[in-house]
Amino acid sequence: MEIQIVVTLFVLFAASRIILQYKNENVSKRALIFWLIIWGIVTGVAFWPNLVDRLARYFGVSRGIDVVVYFGLVALFYMIYRAYIKIEHLERDITKIVRSIALKDLDKKE
Amino acid sequence: MKIIAVIPAYNEEKTLGGVLESLKKGGYHNLLVVNDGSRDGTQEVAERHGVIVLRHVMNRGLGGALGTGLQAAKELKVDIAVTFDADGQHAVEDIRKVLEPIQKGEADVVIGSRLMNPEGMPWFRQLFNYVGNFMTFALFGLWVSDSQSGLRGFSKKALGKIQIRTNHMEVSSEIIREIRVNELRLREVPIRAIYTDYSLSKGQSLFVGVKTLFKLIMHRLMN
Repeated sequence: MEIQIVVTLFVLFAASRIILQYKNENVSKRALIFWLIIWGIVTGVAFWPNLVDRLARYFGVSRGIDVVVYFGLVALFYMIYRAYIKIEHLERDITKIVRSIALKDLDKKE
Repeated sequence: MKIIAVIPAYNEEKTLGGVLESLKKGGYHNLLVVNDGSRDGTQEVAERHGVIVLRHVMNRGLGGALGTGLQAAKELKVDIAVTFDADGQHAVEDIRKVLEPIQKGEADVVIGSRLMNPEGMPWFRQLFNYVGNFMTFALFGLWVSDSQSGLRGFSKKALGKIQIRTNHMEVSSEIIREIRVNELRLREVPIRAIYTDYSLSKGQSLFVGVKTLFKLIMHRLMN
């Protein structure tokens, strides 16, 4: 029972954050919906753990919680990859700006 | 033929002056320094020598600096651009060897290879370079004896085609990739590497090497 309370409190906190971010126009509607669905799933799993047990049996994994951890890891790695790509693009964009500033007066310097 | 030497420099105030002097003494007067956001006197040293100085307002890494230098060479419509390290590890006499195949029209890109004649290079450096070559080959499919060399020559055609996107040490392998993708004619010539404690401290450490390797793999996945 305690786990449900902890998870619910955390989900309420996390959901309130993302709604606040949406209201301040820091995140898109898509991101809002995505995160609300994620937190909804987390709540669902906390209250009806046998849901994931059924999912586990479907994937041939013995325990429901293991399936959650596996998927969590995959999702995390994917997000890190996405973040990496994004940062790399930003870095390259910064270089483009720095380069165009450096080259601005080239004809006068020759 | 209009030849320009591109010298990327990041915090090289100690050696840059000497390098510029020796280049002038060797007859190369068309010099371009890319000051890659140095925090020391690199900018002043370069300006004092009356060469073209392009300043990055912030540090972008070797790839960023080389990209700017080669872009500038293209805009200045030079016939050949030579990249030359600011740490004093290259010998000015070797530039001639790098220029020759381009002047004769036999190559579009020439790499001055320190490993065709690796005398004087510490064994761990040789090993690092070998790993760098191997990874460059595995990822980009072109074998060169010194993929990480800083002394290179580019013809006008090569300058027009090569696009540098990466910011850091992985640029060395990116250049190899660009040579392959654009079907440029590559030639390697043996050069001497002058290893001092200073130039050694400026190269890639094992840690940076591993980071570069990771970047290369990601780079391969991205493009």
